[in-house]
Amino acid sequence: MPHEKRTLGFYVLAAFFTLFVLFLYGPLSAILILSFQGPDGGLTFPLNGVSLHWFGNLFERQAVGDFGASFTRSFLLGLMVMAVTVAVSLLAGLAFRRRFKGASALFYLSVASLVVPSIIVSLGIGVVFQQLGLKPAWYSSAFGAHLTWTLPFGVLIMFAVFNRFSPAYEEAARDLGATPWQTFRHVVLPMIAPSLIGVGLFGFTLSYDEFARTLMTAGSYNTLPLEIYGMTTNVTTPVLYALGTVTTVFSFLIILATLGCIAWLNRRRARG
Amino acid sequence: MTVAADEPLVHAGARARSFGFARSASHLQALPLTLILGFFFVLPILTIIIVSFWDYDFAGIYPDFMTMNYTDTLGSWVTWKTYLNTLKYAAIVWALTLVIGFWVAYFLAFHIRSTAMQMVLFLICTVPFLTSNIIRMISWIPVLGRNGLVNSTLVQAGIVPAPIEWLLYSEFAVVLAMVHLYTLFMVTPVFNTLMRIDRSLIEAARDAGATGWQTLWNVIIPLAKPGMAIGTIFVVTLVMADFSTVQVMSGGQSASVALMMKNQMSLLQYPAAAANAVVLLVLVLMIVAGILRVVDIRKEL
Repeated sequence: MPHEKRTLGFYVLAAFFTLFVLFLYGPLSAILILSFQGPDGGLTFPLNGVSLHWFGNLFERQAVGDFGASFTRSFLLGLMVMAVTVAVSLLAGLAFRRRFKGASALFYLSVASLVVPSIIVSLGIGVVFQQLGLKPAWYSSAFGAHLTWTLPFGVLIMFAVFNRFSPAYEEAARDLGATPWQTFRHVVLPMIAPSLIGVGLFGFTLSYDEFARTLMTAGSYNTLPLEIYGMTTNVTTPVLYALGTVTTVFSFLIILATLGCIAWLNRRRARG
Repeated sequence: MTVAADEPLVHAGARARSFGFARSASHLQALPLTLILGFFFVLPILTIIIVSFWDYDFAGIYPDFMTMNYTDTLGSWVTWKTYLNTLKYAAIVWALTLVIGFWVAYFLAFHIRSTAMQMVLFLICTVPFLTSNIIRMISWIPVLGRNGLVNSTLVQAGIVPAPIEWLLYSEFAVVLAMVHLYTLFMVTPVFNTLMRIDRSLIEAARDAGATGWQTLWNVIIPLAKPGMAIGTIFVVTLVMADFSTVQVMSGGQSASVALMMKNQMSLLQYPAAAANAVVLLVLVLMIVAGILRVVDIRKEL
């Protein structure tokens, strides 16, 4: 099929794809531009001068509540969720390579955790903590709530990775006298490292942006998405956009760093 | 390694032992996942089912066994209207994401020739989905608002005499934002199945004289069905669970089941919210079970 002439279908679909990308990025770029609104500007175009006024506003407590503290909480929570998601999904992925009793049940439980509406999980964990007399907090109940969302993704990704993983490499290592740990550390782990980093990225970003599951489980201190969600109803200045720009740029940086990391690993593996 | 006369026996013993070890190793490896899902997923769902039969007043919730929470919610026409409205959103958003998602995935899988370019374009589609949903929602406000980009352009160009009011804070805005938020959940699984279609099948269809449309309709779409089914599960369950998009984008003028639950929760009417949760849960699980009859997810991963 290579190098045949482009058909009309190609151009129609290419135009459709371009429109789709514009649809995805257009609104985002609108708030990116509007966050540089002048001090007298409003929530819509046109720009009333260009300034960093609203970014400065972010760091004044009275304007948006405590942005720094909620960002710190969300960031730490994201890292915790990421670490646990990577470790637990990897272990579960390894477990699913063999048949064991309850494997199917556990698999469908993970799928169920993915499809059950977030707000139900949120309500359930909130009520469980209340009935057990525990205080909900972002590092306990919200942490668990986020895991019910990130772990199924991680497990399904690892399941797919190991589905395509040929056992021949491990057999070769074993035939050469490697211990199970050596086989895992020097053969399996380097091969699945890029996927593990992908799982980590999912874990972090899904947690960092999650709020339906955090709603009933965050306790008295808000995470960043809850803070933003609250702002949508009572903040009527472009400081909302400035906050949006800052968190979006932060997400982009995380994604870029992860992709760079994966590319670097792949290149190193190709060379080695 | 020691070589002994009874080597085969030792080997067999070692294998049997390692076999038993392997099996318990699997259990050990699956243990963290089981514990976390057990405590933070199974236990909460069971608790919700129990609490849905409890009594409550303004001060708290009390153990009881009564069906009032169910009769209250199912006996009210507001509830039925809300459920219908939620299903309507699910159906419209599903149809739109399926069509858009399929063509985007089809373009990436069959019209882009180099793998590197495919990956780059796929990532361009993916990146916005890894950023905050709420930010992506509110980013429509300056575009669709009364003095937003679309309205001011239309008015300046003389196409409409006055700003169109239904662009923002309307059902239209809810659907638009949902399509914006959830299309990737359709693109990814469909792209995944399309990439796995054996290209020689398409050549065979062409050699047998099929036109482009016939190949698409009789070869590609049937083979893409599992991906569409998985995408459907994602999109439908996400829309059924949505409260924030409905709240923010309709400006409080539209309702969904989850939003109704959220309002009950903010009034601390947990048993009432729990009864709604059980009904919603049964509905969603029935939809998913229906889709799972068409596709075996374990084979598609």
